[in-house]
Amino acid sequence: MSDAKDEGMIKITVEFSGGLEMLFSNERKLSLTIPAKDEDGTRSNIAFLVRHLCDTVMKDPRKELFVLDDTVRPGILVLINDADWELEGEDKYEIEDGDNILFVSTLHGG
Amino acid sequence: MAPSLCAQCKTSRALILRPKDHTKLCRACFLTTFETEIHHTITSTALFTRGERIAIGASGGKDSTVLASVMKTLNERYDYGLDLILLSIDEGIKGYRDDSLETVKRNAEQYGMELCILGYDELYGWTMDQVVEQVGKRGNCTYCGVFRRQALDRGAARLGVKHVVTGHNADDVAETVLMNLLRGDLPRLSRTTSIVTSTPSLTADPAANTNIKRSKPLKYAYEKEIVLYAHHKNLDYFSTECIYSPEAFRGSARALIKNLERVRPSAILDVVRSGEDMAKLVPGSDEGCGGVCASSVPAGEEEEGGCGSAQGRSSGGEMATMEQALSSNDHAADNGLEIEITTSKIAKTAAPLPLTVGKSRKVPKAPHASRTQPKKQVMGQCKKCGYLSSQDICKACVLLEGLNKNRPKNHIEVGYEPDKEVSGVADAVKDIHVGAG
Repeated sequence: MSDAKDEGMIKITVEFSGGLEMLFSNERKLSLTIPAKDEDGTRSNIAFLVRHLCDTVMKDPRKELFVLDDTVRPGILVLINDADWELEGEDKYEIEDGDNILFVSTLHGG
Repeated sequence: MAPSLCAQCKTSRALILRPKDHTKLCRACFLTTFETEIHHTITSTALFTRGERIAIGASGGKDSTVLASVMKTLNERYDYGLDLILLSIDEGIKGYRDDSLETVKRNAEQYGMELCILGYDELYGWTMDQVVEQVGKRGNCTYCGVFRRQALDRGAARLGVKHVVTGHNADDVAETVLMNLLRGDLPRLSRTTSIVTSTPSLTADPAANTNIKRSKPLKYAYEKEIVLYAHHKNLDYFSTECIYSPEAFRGSARALIKNLERVRPSAILDVVRSGEDMAKLVPGSDEGCGGVCASSVPAGEEEEGGCGSAQGRSSGGEMATMEQALSSNDHAADNGLEIEITTSKIAKTAAPLPLTVGKSRKVPKAPHASRTQPKKQVMGQCKKCGYLSSQDICKACVLLEGLNKNRPKNHIEVGYEPDKEVSGVADAVKDIHVGAG
């Protein structure tokens, strides 16, 4: 679709809030460049991004606070370009260049 | 996937999928709908009266921040005529509450509301840091919960406020309903599900700090929508975990609720409604007795010893409250039951000071609260501090006595006053300083 995709990589912004940033070295906003296609050669989707975040970005060992049963832990909201991921196909949503993906925890207190 | 349009305005792109009914809404329609539903909750339950001064229990977290914002919006939009102020409790936990209090201070400016911050040290002579130093991390939540409950009431009394609103949401209520079900504790259901808890008829003294009404206007609001409201309205809130129970949010009832929501989003409100309906069926509940019994429910003891998202977690004192409620509800059936013998033995035990959570469940009861007592719980006032209590000494004073007796004597402190050490809350309150702004 875009030039970046043709080069095999896409640039996206990933944000964490609601306390989730604590699992990501207190980084609230990351600019990431990820492969446009996953291991199987299909277009990278949210499921791939979550795996990517766990494997390469997240330093905190408590992965289960972010991912449970191979998907984003219940109680964590995912907004794709500000839209609820449930409106976009959840973890099957295929990421496009320039997308903004926000993970918000509802589980933390004040 | 093609973007879908808002079900209401049918022009803007839908960004929100409502958990309660799967409606797709755009940002603007969602914000309005969310506010209108809170307005409906407020008007249908006649929650406020014109001219009322309302304290918003504010922690800086998502729930209370959204509550403050929505209350301000609705008060102006529908001309409730309310005088709104923010009331924050500082538990005295370094590196945790300091940051969230900064958020509350910003909120006070943003919303143009008066702010009162009241500290555990001022109220009780102990910060939570000091409590933890003494009792350890295990069980410290009990102290914090008991202290906070009274602190909100005392803060409200200092401000001359009769009504405190808190940010408890539908997820919190559903969680508490499930916990009560899991414990077989139906008598508590009515208290946890009712939108207002208060003790209006307890005392004729209008200045008494026990005469405070509590309500939760966000009772039917999904936690998910509260977070989305804060996000889409760009509200300034603070999220953290208490450093003394960093993984409190992994509580099993909470996880159960969130898992249910993932499978069937309407489940949360369904559990809340089921809780309300079951509460009506429980003999002696607020609803079941036409509200007459409501005055026997101490607002100070009725809610959970919760903190942050761990609201609804059990605490020792809660169990004691439950025992009393059970005893007053089931007195007729009790005669001849083995458990009665056991319980009355506990009731007659001399008063050891509970030092741990476990022990605090066996807080010796005042004679009038024993199982042979007919129906209604007899509420009195704590002999030490005057706070509403079904026991001679309220839970906070019992906990304080234990703490003070064990305060290390070799620990030299500036301003150490032996008299004050063993006294109850009342003395500590005397010279309290309430800072506004």
